[in-house]
Amino acid sequence: MTRLVSRLAWLALAVLGALALGVVALRRGEPINALWIVVASTAIYLVAYRYYSLFIATRVMQLDPRRATPAVLNNDGLDFVPTNQHVLFGHHFAAIAGAGPLVGPVLAAQMGYLPGTLWLIAGVVLAGAVQDFLVLCISTRRNARSLGDMVREEMGQIPGTIALFGCFLIMVIILAVLALIVVKALAHSPWGMFTVMATIPIAMFMGLYMRYIRPGRIGEISLIGIVLLLASIWLGGAISTDPYWSGVFTFTGVQITWMLIGYGFVAAVLPVWLILAPRDYLSTFLKIGTIAALAIGIVILSPELKMPALTQFIDGTGPVWKGALFPFLFITIACGAVSGFHALIASGTTPKLLANETQARYIGYGGMLMESMVAIMAMVAASVIEPGVYFAMNSPPAIVGADTASVAAAVSHWGFAITPEALEGVARDIGETTILARAGGAPTLAVGIAQILHQVLPGEDTMAFWYHFAILFEALFILTAVDAGTRAGRFMLQDLLGNFVPALRRTDSWGANVLATAGCVALWGYLLYQGVVDPLGGINTLWPLFGISNQMLAGIALMLCSVVLIKMKRQRYVWVTLLPAFWLLICTTAASLIKLFDPNPAVGFLALAKKYAVALDAGQVLAPAKDLGQMQNVIMNAYTNAGLSVLFLVVVFSILFYALKVGRAAWIVEERTDKETPFQAIPGA
Amino acid sequence: MFNDLGRMGKYLGQAARMLVGMPDYDTYVEHMQSKHPDQPVMSYEDFFRERQEARYGGGKGRPVRCC
Repeated sequence: MTRLVSRLAWLALAVLGALALGVVALRRGEPINALWIVVASTAIYLVAYRYYSLFIATRVMQLDPRRATPAVLNNDGLDFVPTNQHVLFGHHFAAIAGAGPLVGPVLAAQMGYLPGTLWLIAGVVLAGAVQDFLVLCISTRRNARSLGDMVREEMGQIPGTIALFGCFLIMVIILAVLALIVVKALAHSPWGMFTVMATIPIAMFMGLYMRYIRPGRIGEISLIGIVLLLASIWLGGAISTDPYWSGVFTFTGVQITWMLIGYGFVAAVLPVWLILAPRDYLSTFLKIGTIAALAIGIVILSPELKMPALTQFIDGTGPVWKGALFPFLFITIACGAVSGFHALIASGTTPKLLANETQARYIGYGGMLMESMVAIMAMVAASVIEPGVYFAMNSPPAIVGADTASVAAAVSHWGFAITPEALEGVARDIGETTILARAGGAPTLAVGIAQILHQVLPGEDTMAFWYHFAILFEALFILTAVDAGTRAGRFMLQDLLGNFVPALRRTDSWGANVLATAGCVALWGYLLYQGVVDPLGGINTLWPLFGISNQMLAGIALMLCSVVLIKMKRQRYVWVTLLPAFWLLICTTAASLIKLFDPNPAVGFLALAKKYAVALDAGQVLAPAKDLGQMQNVIMNAYTNAGLSVLFLVVVFSILFYALKVGRAAWIVEERTDKETPFQAIPGA
Repeated sequence: MFNDLGRMGKYLGQAARMLVGMPDYDTYVEHMQSKHPDQPVMSYEDFFRERQEARYGGGKGRPVRCC
């Protein structure tokens, strides 16, 4: 009887989710309340967790509660420690939730809230959470091996190296894109610049304190750090109104770029306890707190969505990023729907801490669902601000002009009515001189968060405080990611180059370390610089590249899972990973080919290069380049980006080739051929 | 009741520390004492430093966080 009641309750939840989704998808013309999206996604995620992840756990992977995990077998109290599943959920979630679920949906809002929301919901349930879950499972059954190692073991040495190379590429692009977001948010913003710069001495103080004064007291020092951060936000406000000091802290995008590159190099060479670790603590706690506050704020406020469900830009002519709904929507939103990078994390520290493999369902599948909820919140936050403000903030000056009058005119012309006074009003509200040309998602999200929190906790001038709080929290964890990512990138580079020059692999060699760090920073620094000086707008170009590389890695991870399923003789269920892998391959291939060969110079890299090269030969300067030097820049950038797109195609198709080869060979064999560690029962169970 | 509150506090502290990758020290001590009684047990300070190093780049260099 109770089973029937339970089934009926789940059916009711599913119906609720379907109804809410119906309202979201079908209501046109009148604005709908954000809670419809929240209810739809929550209900659908719960149902998916209850049924689909259980299906995968019991039928597909056949997870065994009696099987000892690497944490149990190799327990050393340090790296391998069987950890309480809720505690581990927090650890895994903190690792996967970064800037991605916040920025992607904000950018995708260009097409209206509907396409992004639908992709988030469908993508995470069928692809993203499946990837995270399965990669965690197979890594746990292989003594917590990393993704690259697993590809090497199951598919061969060459695909393994190619996969590692792909991981390194993504790392470099992510670092460049994240740094670009920070540059866009802080350019010409003395308040923001001061607050973010203040995090360095605050982190150093915390680091020294934790090292020498009160070793290991994380909670205590984090509280002190947060108080100091809040004080720096307040002080930043005072500075921004002072004529002299605001001048001191106002920097252009290019200046900030050089500062970031220098910082990236120095920080990655310094000891971890000095800046990176304290900053990591601050950013993690702030991140979790802000996400929780945003969720609570949205639920309390139940704001109305001002962005329409669909805008005209689904045809690909959007100002924020160019590209039609297919395939570029699926490239723009990665984290939150499906993100290849998560496969690296799911085969990182989490499998070493998993106490029982049946818990992988909660942590792997559930963790990704939670991140998708964060992405949904970000979509809501971006959609509750005036669409006119959204487009004014995110469109490059090359398209809409550089002053409020021309921007307001251009944006209103698209159908999103806005006045120059309104734009200036928002800028004043958030304590900035301008909100124009602040693409990259972070400032838009900050405005959305500020508006929501300001309405829940009203007060004079608090909107400016919340805006800068939101910018600070994003900048903080982006800079932490840049620092940690450069270090990780350095190891990857040393690993990769070590294949050719073995001496470089030695991580204890100071020379090799500096060389590899410099190499890694040079790579992302070059892409960053390119993005900042690109007269066509860096986010415009770099974000699709990032999205393509991320989905490419997800495709690789899902192909690995498919190969493993076939080798395990669970091949009748291989559609679970094969269908999403297939979808991702279609999206990344289509996107790469379009980016390469589309004849429209606004979309295709080669067409762009050709247009500017022809003009350069004729001695012309094409807008928005201002001189012949900038013309060269544009051409060089276009070729670099084209080269990257080609690299992605090569990587993903090589892995596909090997996956098909190995998969086909394993399909016809009767016995299992996968390289799982043999079953060992939990001792004393 | 205070026992329960104490345990909950300890549990929440563990959860907060695992958010930033710092495992539980008491668990480590217990493990060392029961499985390797002959080996020296690191002090909390040394444990803390060792785990911090390991998280951010002591050789394996696996990325610890996503975008």
